[in-house]
Amino acid sequence: MIAFILRRLLASIGVLIAVGLIAFAMFRYVGDPVNQMVGIETSVQEREQLRHQLGLDQPTIIQAARFLINAARFDFGVSYQFKQPVADLIGARMPATLELALVASILSLAAGVPMGVFTALHRDSALARLFQALSLIGISLPTFLIGILLIYLFAVVLRWLPSFGRGDVVHIGSWWTTGLLTVSGLKSLIMPSITLALFQMTLIMRLVRAEMLEVMRSDYIRFARARGLSERAIHFHHALKNTLVPVITVVGLQLGSILAFSIITETVFAWPGMGQLFLQSIQNADIPIMAAYLLLIASLFVVINLIVDLIYVAVDPRLRVHLQRAPV
Amino acid sequence: MSEIAAEPEGASRPNRTFIARLKDSDLLASFLSSKVTVAAGAVTIILFLAALLAPWIAPTDPFNPATNFLSDSLDPPSFIAGGDPRFLLGTDDQGRDMLSAILYGLRVSLAIGFCGVALGGAIGVGLGLISGYAGGWTDSILMRIADVQLTFPAILIALLLDGVAHAMLKAQSRDESAFAVLVVSIGLSFWVQYARTVRASTMVEKNRDYVLAARLIGLSHARILISHILPNVMGPVMVIATINLALAIITEATLSFLGVGLPPTEPSLGTLIRIGQNYLFSGEWWIVAFPSLTLAALVLAVNLLGDWLRDALNPRLK
Repeated sequence: MIAFILRRLLASIGVLIAVGLIAFAMFRYVGDPVNQMVGIETSVQEREQLRHQLGLDQPTIIQAARFLINAARFDFGVSYQFKQPVADLIGARMPATLELALVASILSLAAGVPMGVFTALHRDSALARLFQALSLIGISLPTFLIGILLIYLFAVVLRWLPSFGRGDVVHIGSWWTTGLLTVSGLKSLIMPSITLALFQMTLIMRLVRAEMLEVMRSDYIRFARARGLSERAIHFHHALKNTLVPVITVVGLQLGSILAFSIITETVFAWPGMGQLFLQSIQNADIPIMAAYLLLIASLFVVINLIVDLIYVAVDPRLRVHLQRAPV
Repeated sequence: MSEIAAEPEGASRPNRTFIARLKDSDLLASFLSSKVTVAAGAVTIILFLAALLAPWIAPTDPFNPATNFLSDSLDPPSFIAGGDPRFLLGTDDQGRDMLSAILYGLRVSLAIGFCGVALGGAIGVGLGLISGYAGGWTDSILMRIADVQLTFPAILIALLLDGVAHAMLKAQSRDESAFAVLVVSIGLSFWVQYARTVRASTMVEKNRDYVLAARLIGLSHARILISHILPNVMGPVMVIATINLALAIITEATLSFLGVGLPPTEPSLGTLIRIGQNYLFSGEWWIVAFPSLTLAALVLAVNLLGDWLRDALNPRLK
């Protein structure tokens, strides 16, 4: 077990270093960092001085190592377009994105799991067919189209919900801001979180449905029936519990892609989060922000992957036995 | 289409025409047995034809400034009050006919989708063949790269590649190279799936007798890979390509919508939707609605066709 965790940990660090080197290559070789930071009127001496300050005159290996060490402390230097430290810029926008991603994940689970169970248990009912058709549309439609459709319906036609921004936010502590405590904040959150959750929801629904159908065919469900247990107990205690193992994996992995897809949702709803900042940095070739965002998302993915692997072992006893027997 | 005709069974029975073989194939029967699939096929063909024939069937040339007048701008569709009979689906802010803009946009979207899928397929199939055939270190390195790439969503990788290209190109050449940049971004973000599938089948095929025989008569590795193994691993590639076409179209539309894809001077469906979104609140709904509908219909139809093809070619489901 410890060997397994160590091996996974080493692999994760390897991935992070690889991504870090890609980020370094972007920073060093895509355009000249010095030219990006100074104005046209800066003299050659001043440029050389800045080059020396940034350590750009040293061997590439030392530069790369220094970049990685700074990245580990989340120091990515100064944004080309905002002339502010990248860490501050991202930090200020992080609460908005995390809040949106969290609400969207909860929403997709809360709707996706019951819909999946229902469509598996009542396969031929009209409602199940409707859910299935909806899930196909949910998977096919691009995220931004769903967002536009919601804006048109609820902001333009019905005028119930605001179409952009976060509403009023409350400060908690020195840097966290939340929109969950004000009415306008909650109202602003509804459409973006639905837009972001829809794709994940259809994915979870289809997965739960497939797993549920698989489990319902297994022997232990038949035994449970033979023991005279109620249908309710069989469905929820025996069947659903066993479908949740793969669901945990997918939900965990999807949490990472929810963060990535929030780029689109944040653009549609002008949500002041990290995704919007990343998009601006792409449009303005602001490499420090791009590099920082890349590494941040990579770390999140790696950590989530690791946690999912560990939960998997904790939840499924068969895996634990397997790990103890086979030296890995 | 030509790729399907080049499948291996065609070579073994050269005296029968493609049509005759198609007629009594299981594939056609399973296609016709589902109404949804037939409808999806019809929509796909109509949209493909519309895109292909855009220069001839479009009422106006939306890129010719001599025929666009600002006095015609923001006209509603011809079938509602205030509409101009010349513009069936209304006009945009530049006075461009929406129907023509959509036809040309569809053309651009599909072209990028096809090129992106072709590039991704070529890279993936090539690396998959090499990885499966060579094994050892080459295989490990290629597959580790694939693993790492697979943990990131394709749209994020496409965005990053796009961003790097933006940073490397000068501002003036960005618009001209937007098409190529999009194709490369999409191609590089979608190769992994092909590579994994092709690698798995190559590992099986390379131990078959015909490969050993080919080696025995002294054919080069390249020759064996291309003319012997490649035709036998292409089946699943076609299924992945169909499903990926829908994904590639969505990715292009998303990038263009986010403003890092095609410029408004050469709009794709995504660019049109981006422009139209600005007029949502002022009541000019047609600028965003019709491109969105076209995109949704296209993606849904191609997705349904891909699902059908996957099920029809999957022997386990029969």
